[in-house]
Amino acid sequence: MESTAHAFKENVGHALADPNLQDSLAKLKVGFSERRRQAAERLPEFEALRDRARDIKNHTLAHLDFYLEEFERKVIGLGGHVHWAPTAADARRIIAELCQSVNARTVAKSKSMVAEEIALNEHLEALGIAPIETDLGEYIIQLRNEPPSHIIAPAVHLTKDQVADTFLEHHAKLGFDKRLTERNDLVAEARYVLRQKFLDADVGLTGANFLVAETGSSMLVTNEGNADLSNTLPRMHIVLASIEKVIPTLEDAAVLLRVLARSATGQESSAYTTLNTGPKRPGDLDGPDQYHVVLLDNGRSSVLGTEMQEILRCIRCGACMNHCPVYGAVGGHAYGWVYPGPMGAVLTPQLVGVEEASNLPNASTFCGRCESVCPVRIPLPKLMRHWREREFEKHLTPKAVRQGLALWSFAARRPALYRRLTGIANRVLALFGRADGRYRALPLAGGWTRFRDFPAPQPGGTFHARWAKRKA
Amino acid sequence: MSRSPSKPPARPRRVALFVTCLVDLFRPSVGFAAVKLLEEAGCTVEVPPLQVCCGQPAYNTGDRATTRAIAAQVIDTFEGYDAVVAPSGSCGGMLSHHYPGLFDDDPAMKARAENLAGRSHELISFLVDVLGVKEVGARYDGSVTYHDSCSGLRELGVKAQPRNLLGSVQGLELREMKTPEVCCGFGGTFCVKYPEISNAMVGEKSADISSTGADTLLAGDLGCLMNMAGKLQREGSAIRARHVAEVLAGMGDLPAIGEPERG
Ligand code: SF4
Repeated sequence: MESTAHAFKENVGHALADPNLQDSLAKLKVGFSERRRQAAERLPEFEALRDRARDIKNHTLAHLDFYLEEFERKVIGLGGHVHWAPTAADARRIIAELCQSVNARTVAKSKSMVAEEIALNEHLEALGIAPIETDLGEYIIQLRNEPPSHIIAPAVHLTKDQVADTFLEHHAKLGFDKRLTERNDLVAEARYVLRQKFLDADVGLTGANFLVAETGSSMLVTNEGNADLSNTLPRMHIVLASIEKVIPTLEDAAVLLRVLARSATGQESSAYTTLNTGPKRPGDLDGPDQYHVVLLDNGRSSVLGTEMQEILRCIRCGACMNHCPVYGAVGGHAYGWVYPGPMGAVLTPQLVGVEEASNLPNASTFCGRCESVCPVRIPLPKLMRHWREREFEKHLTPKAVRQGLALWSFAARRPALYRRLTGIANRVLALFGRADGRYRALPLAGGWTRFRDFPAPQPGGTFHARWAKRKA
Repeated sequence: MSRSPSKPPARPRRVALFVTCLVDLFRPSVGFAAVKLLEEAGCTVEVPPLQVCCGQPAYNTGDRATTRAIAAQVIDTFEGYDAVVAPSGSCGGMLSHHYPGLFDDDPAMKARAENLAGRSHELISFLVDVLGVKEVGARYDGSVTYHDSCSGLRELGVKAQPRNLLGSVQGLELREMKTPEVCCGFGGTFCVKYPEISNAMVGEKSADISSTGADTLLAGDLGCLMNMAGKLQREGSAIRARHVAEVLAGMGDLPAIGEPERG
């Protein structure tokens, strides 16, 4: 998708003024974090599992080439194919050619953020191939022509009423001309409409939560079971996954699955965990004739060995955004690209360029709640700070901020001067009148006083001035 | 930093107060409250006169060179004290958790930064965890709610300590928020760089504060307090904001943050 990360501030303005979005976010903030907290409490070894999950991913990243090649060998041994895609364009081309090789007219897709990353739908549509989203949330936003706003709950920004309107608009021509208001009825209607599309699909395309090197399996978790239809009904199954999804063994997958579902939704495990291991074998009742795995790099390998490497541990659980007060205020679309929230604030500058996404790592208070819940213990604030350092080096930091900082640091590095200046500041602020104890407006502090009063200094001078007097 | 409870560290006697910029400029009473609490706990408190700022504005803007220069200055200034104590989790955390990482390429400075880090503390956790203070002799007639400032909570593990000490204050009733650990939206320069987001966050915070029915808001960081107090006052709320050290030191009768002098 086209990035609007550069317009972050405008996006924020729209998001804060959107009552439907604010309604949805209010529910998300309470629901997800409460469920995760309970799930973590119910599992005494949860913190130890997080350490193991981190270690598994660190080990894999340290030997990424080895495990990817092992995975490839296994897939080939099973009769499948592996395609290496250095860039998004390569991945689009490979997938389009695969679809064309079987004259596909429709592709049943099941949740893949990587497909969003490479803007696959637009590409297929341009070639006359219809991508059909089969995840309920993805399906809803596809109908509305919107990007996802969350990595595991793509339509979380919408209210039930908005979904009802969307279904009525799009399903009326299929004979569903009654506006539904119950959640279950909406799901049932979508299920019915989608079932036929599954049966018609020529190709099934899924993402993967993990690629297991020892078995050549791709592993996918969902709560709707849609992925199972995407990969069993059509003749060709394409798995699209980025390279850091590989892990060594099934044993490792078991550890990661245990922290993934609990962190994401507070479930002990997702409703469906599917392993795909090659195409249909002789004697199998169903399964695809062809099995392809497209491995996307898209800049990830260049992160290896850098201070940003830790972001490659991410298992896309969404916990960091569910607990982020900034995400909770503005939602996912404000971030302007595929990956929102804290993990997006680290990953997006890497994938679309720090010039484009310069705001994202800055729009954080460094409150650290994301890091405190991340199942693989990614130090997200630290990585955001690294981006700020790179921006500062590249002179991308806004001029006003740089100048303010330069003035301040000139003083802060000269203690005697600083002491005089704070004394002056203390008196000048007093001049503005401390009769009320606070200011409703203050020069140079409009960002503050637009929304808040600003407290006046206590009378009697700065602490240091008073301390010196006390000692004297 | 974890300390084994069975082996308490030697009692630090000579303590340096890291005043923090905001306390110095806006609310010196927090500094005096800190001095009082530390002295009552048996410390000799000094205030090194050449101290400035911990460097967070530069650090969080990505200006590593300036941050290092300021950190080196702080390391010099606070050399030789048994402990360095700040009435702020944010500044305390900067010294105890972030300085060493600034000098990865300079082993000599890194060792000095680590030495300072090991001696640096946030005030309330220092009183409770290091000095073993269990109660204070203060009185405060009112109901309070306590906001967990982010760095103190998540970097330093400050959560039970202030609540335990508040429990010993005569007349004080603690009423918890639904989410006391959610950020108030201050974030240093964040609140002026992204004022709309900051406002949405502090608006939610003030609603949570108000719903407790408490008449006083307490926290351990003046930045967060100024942010929340400013919002509550703009909304016309009568809730008063104070630094937790002031109440613990029996200075809870001073005009609250943003309140005029009573004359
Ligand atoms: S960064 Fe951590 S919390 Fe966020 S999505 Fe990735 S794994 Fe989950």
